[in-house]
Amino acid sequence: MIAITGHLSYWVTIFLMVAGLYLLMVSTNLLKKLVGLAILQSSVYLLYVAPGKLIGGTAPIVADGFTVYSSPLPHVLILTAIVVGVATLALGLALVVRIREAFGGIEEDEILAQVD
Amino acid sequence: MLAHLPVLQVVLPLIAAALIVLVRRRTFAWLAAVAVSYTCLLISVLIAVHVARNGAMTYAMGSWPAPWGIEYRIDALSSFVLLLVSLIAAFIAPGAHRGLATDVLPERHYLVYAMYCLCLAGLLGITVTGDAFNLFVFLEISSLSMYVLIALGPRRKALVAAYQYMLMGTVGATFYVIGVGLLYILTGTLNLEDMAERLRTIEDVRPVLAALAFITVGIGLKLALFPLHQWLPNAYTYAPLMVTAFLAGTATKVSTYVLLRFYFGVFDPSELFGRLHTREVFIVLSGAAMVIASLAAVYEQDVKRLFAWSSVAQIGYITLGIGLANEAGLTGSIVHMLNHGITKAAIFVLIGGLALRSVGAPVTMASLAGLGRRMPLTAFCMVIAGLSLVGVPGTAGFISKWYLLTGALDRGLWWLAGLIVVTSLIAVAYVWRVVEAAYLLPAPEGAPAAGEAPPSMLATAVGMVLLCVYLGIETSVSVGGAREAALLLLGGAR
Repeated sequence: MIAITGHLSYWVTIFLMVAGLYLLMVSTNLLKKLVGLAILQSSVYLLYVAPGKLIGGTAPIVADGFTVYSSPLPHVLILTAIVVGVATLALGLALVVRIREAFGGIEEDEILAQVD
Repeated sequence: MLAHLPVLQVVLPLIAAALIVLVRRRTFAWLAAVAVSYTCLLISVLIAVHVARNGAMTYAMGSWPAPWGIEYRIDALSSFVLLLVSLIAAFIAPGAHRGLATDVLPERHYLVYAMYCLCLAGLLGITVTGDAFNLFVFLEISSLSMYVLIALGPRRKALVAAYQYMLMGTVGATFYVIGVGLLYILTGTLNLEDMAERLRTIEDVRPVLAALAFITVGIGLKLALFPLHQWLPNAYTYAPLMVTAFLAGTATKVSTYVLLRFYFGVFDPSELFGRLHTREVFIVLSGAAMVIASLAAVYEQDVKRLFAWSSVAQIGYITLGIGLANEAGLTGSIVHMLNHGITKAAIFVLIGGLALRSVGAPVTMASLAGLGRRMPLTAFCMVIAGLSLVGVPGTAGFISKWYLLTGALDRGLWWLAGLIVVTSLIAVAYVWRVVEAAYLLPAPEGAPAAGEAPPSMLATAVGMVLLCVYLGIETSVSVGGAREAALLLLGGAR
């Protein structure tokens, strides 16, 4: 039981990671693939942020009465990763819009069937 | 001033990219890109000289000392890759003004240059940084701009190629950052040097193995390690030609650098190449790349795709050296990054010249017919660069293959040495198809009139081809630098 509850954040991370990858691989719809990609990236946010949190820890500001602090560094890193993720998703969506204009659809097999 | 050079490598192209988007003038954008490329080359040379004389160079970002702050650290390997990237950028940028004309609408040119500067900033940033997470950010800066550059290609399939590359590239980068995350949870540091030291003291190796697997697959996707190369042929084929030249010369090489950095600088190489069978995996995958991709190139009709397949094969040679992991093998691998980068960039610039003359139509084998008479200099340069791909003595390609052969024999792998020779013979087959079309077939009816590519592009290509020959004869700088880097990698973390 401790293997599950003690590492709950890791189990959720792994579930999101695999779910994202699965969606990315099996869907033929270009938008759904992007959703998979976004889920995969979200799993990374959890992977970084969860170990930085201590139960009962506060923000790392020195003050009377507090001795336990959470690490702020993972949060900062993930802020950056979220920005990267948003940029990737924006670019991906822009590409899907352009693909729809050029090919008239966003189903992968329909697009690949069309000659250049 | 000298102390701030490492950070200027990143800051200058970033500022230029912003300026280009603000000004939106085609000629200004081109001049800015050329100026930035040459300034970066100058800085790279200064850094390389400094590193060769005084050893590794460090820069504390914002004066925060390592390992708390982000540290830029340039050693013999980084300075070698830095030179490679900025050299190819400096070659490509001047010819881009004419070279882009066939592929991209003139009013969009400034976007190409802005993305090019961002990509350059990312690639140089990967090379100079000593921080694992900072490396991820630069990896994504260079990749995102690369996806845009590919999507700007002239045919509509460019969009699909960019989309597919974006999916695979982002999965690769995400895997890399998962691996780094695991290492960070274990060690509590992101500084590569610090991380290596702390990993030595860790007993539970299972998370380290998971991190190793994620980083290998992630970076393998980025560098098109067989069989993770699926994005490469389409991306190279549909991107604007000058973009392909830049991409082929730099992107996969910088990713290889990241792999080398992690394998020999962070993880324990004796563990990696001893108990973990990394050697066998790399030798098998590289061998498969060399054989299968070379064969695919032999049967290809589209000239761009032919040389894209050849790139997959040549990346196989580079990763083969990583698998050998001895002095000669690694030297061969590192020097092949430079030699192949320049050779392949030269070939794609030459194809760019061809495309300009044939007004928009894809360059196929048939359109090469009679090239020797219509564009004698272009055809001649193409043959020399082709010989360098094969690895004929007197060209750059020979030097790197010689070191790889020596590396294979040092390990006692006779069959592998044989495989290197056999795959070189397959390379003869696809290069011969180009030679045959150019010199032995008559020009078809309605072929474009005789005339060379525009002088700026021709100068670029001739310069790179001359460098190919020069690097095949005078090797003290290229092999010297590569050996220095190889010894550094093999000497443990430093």
